[in-house]
Amino acid sequence: MSDCHGSPRGVLLPSPTIPVPHPVNERPLIVAIVGPPNSGKSTLFNRLTGLRQKVANFPGVTVEHRMGKAKLKDRHEVFLIDLPGIYSLHPRAEDEQVTHDILKGLRPDFVKPDAVVLILDSTNLGRHLVLAAPVLSLGMPTLILLNMADDLAERGGEVDIATLAQELGAPVALISASKGTGIERIQQFLAGTAANLAGAKPARIELPVLNDVPKCRQWATKLGNRASYRAPAPPLWTRRLDSVFLHPVFGPIVFAAVVIAVFQSIFSWATPIMDGMKAAVFTSGQWMGHVLPDGLVRSLVVDGIWAGVGSVVVFLPQILLLFLFIGILEDSGYLARAALIADRTMAKFGLQGKSFIPLLSAYACAVPAIMATRVIENKRDRMATIMIAPLMTCSARLPVYTLVIAAFVPNIPLVKGVLSLPAATMLMLYALGFLAAVVIARLLKSTVLKSDRSPFILEMPPYRLPTFRSLGLRLYDRGRVFLRRAGTVILGVAVVLWILAHLPLHAGKMPDIEHSFAGMVGKTIEPAIKPLGFNWKIGIGLITSLAAREVIVGTLGTIYGIEGEADSQGLQHALQADLSPAGAVALLVFFAFAMQCFSTLAVVRRETGGWKWPVFQFSYMLALAYGASWAAYSIATHLLH
Amino acid sequence: MTFKRSARVHGAAYGPATLADLRNGEEGVLDRLDLAEDIARRLMELGFLPGNTIVPGRRAPGGGARVFRVDGSEVALRDDTAARLFIRAKLEVCEIVTP
Repeated sequence: MSDCHGSPRGVLLPSPTIPVPHPVNERPLIVAIVGPPNSGKSTLFNRLTGLRQKVANFPGVTVEHRMGKAKLKDRHEVFLIDLPGIYSLHPRAEDEQVTHDILKGLRPDFVKPDAVVLILDSTNLGRHLVLAAPVLSLGMPTLILLNMADDLAERGGEVDIATLAQELGAPVALISASKGTGIERIQQFLAGTAANLAGAKPARIELPVLNDVPKCRQWATKLGNRASYRAPAPPLWTRRLDSVFLHPVFGPIVFAAVVIAVFQSIFSWATPIMDGMKAAVFTSGQWMGHVLPDGLVRSLVVDGIWAGVGSVVVFLPQILLLFLFIGILEDSGYLARAALIADRTMAKFGLQGKSFIPLLSAYACAVPAIMATRVIENKRDRMATIMIAPLMTCSARLPVYTLVIAAFVPNIPLVKGVLSLPAATMLMLYALGFLAAVVIARLLKSTVLKSDRSPFILEMPPYRLPTFRSLGLRLYDRGRVFLRRAGTVILGVAVVLWILAHLPLHAGKMPDIEHSFAGMVGKTIEPAIKPLGFNWKIGIGLITSLAAREVIVGTLGTIYGIEGEADSQGLQHALQADLSPAGAVALLVFFAFAMQCFSTLAVVRRETGGWKWPVFQFSYMLALAYGASWAAYSIATHLLH
Repeated sequence: MTFKRSARVHGAAYGPATLADLRNGEEGVLDRLDLAEDIARRLMELGFLPGNTIVPGRRAPGGGARVFRVDGSEVALRDDTAARLFIRAKLEVCEIVTP
């Protein structure tokens, strides 16, 4: 039992000794990792691939998978696919359909994998072993991994894997993906399979009727008994922690504390790092200004590219911190409890507890939030969650809110100094987005997305300590996605805007902004935005911010001819001259509701498999933004006079 | 001498009891699932199989979904779903009445 630590026993069936020549085309082996949710599938994938991985989507379906490369000791490379967590291969839900099709080689866009690594939770083997039946029935070379060997041993469970391997007709290994024990067995299997595909096929064994869940479960029990499986004692720590986290009084307190900590991390803790980055961007911009000769190139690089991209890159610490929090919550198992606590409230808006997780991440960014809606099985619930996710105040709105509030809202202390008027305004904007989301969800769920109250079925995984490795990989991944966006979309907008703001040349000289192409566009749309209290300069900002909300700050900077980020005072003064206080209110409201983000629209198109939903989303949010900011402008004009 | 047998079925005055009727500390043996096929299948995959013993656990603070311990794992269900999972009737009281 104790030898599960350090050197887990692994049994590989003896493979035929006849040397089989390598396949003629030397493409790397493709291996699919399959397992039920909470079996440690992703941890294993991370362990095997490290940084050599990327997230990808199957076209047309909302199922995400990850691809990665694992290096074997004999310098061979193996492609690993991390497929969605599944309970069976019964093609019912979309994720199961995808896994089913890929394993059977039915997807035209995807090569059929050569082998399968099936990962199961050894602490709940009876139930997890059920999945072995459909997987083995595929007849592909299969390695069965019993994960969480450390947990099993600690809690007094055991299993005879030699017998189990014999019964299953396939190699079985006891591993701990989080501790990294037993990984060499996987390497061994992959190397062996790469050398001899035909020899690695599982032996023929008797399998239950796959459609009959009770029969499959009985089969698993029988196998477990033969392999003298002793289930471990119940997870004591999970019970203890749940008695606090789901306590009628302490539970909601912890829940509130967690949500507040997440927000605090966005607002306060990230600020010093972001200030440092802002200073770095500004200083490096100044340095480039000195180095480069005066002229078009310097203007393009410093005012266009550096100011534009830099104004976005400074948000990286904030976004990473938020993803760190969400990662800790998810990996530890608390997020499932949070969803349970939130379920009752979410049900009032026609949604369910599982919508809570994506909506919380939408406060960082709607893009990962929309990808996270995959956990919601009910299609209509998922669609409603996708539709309202961009109404949550994402971090891209922060620079806009910060600028406008700093310029227009006087710093008056409220409630004896606990809150200031600017902070209260910010809170109100957060509340505004949330309320709109709730109302829209209710509306959608009682009209176009009407469905029966969908059942809320959520497995509560045992609590686990998140590993630095998995958190680090998450942050690396998100950071890379964010920076790629800054390097493509934002860079593109910055360059295009700079060109539009500096052309056409008048008598060989750059025009002032009013006579540039950008100015003309702004003037063209001015009649449409005048009722909201915006002039053509704000109009240019509204158009450029269609790409991404935060772009308006850089745009206004360019328009007002103010160089660099450090001079935000100048930008504030310029705004005060151009925008009435009522117009400022309208601008804030507009940004709270409008769908100004190409990346979000692109991800919605991908996740919903067409343009229908993103077009609907864009239109309803624009209509809402226009109507609400017109109302806000009219009311504020009356009140502020 | 006649025997009159009175049986109390768990939680409900009449009709078969469901998981929603289980009180804390009680447990029930699942009899059948009265749900749409795909939902029933998902629940069965999670361990809600006829014959399995189910122990109710904590409820979400402030009411709402409840956690059930079944087949080595814990699964949260709302009451409306739990009320469609019927448990085997258990005879609790058995009294002999003599005239």
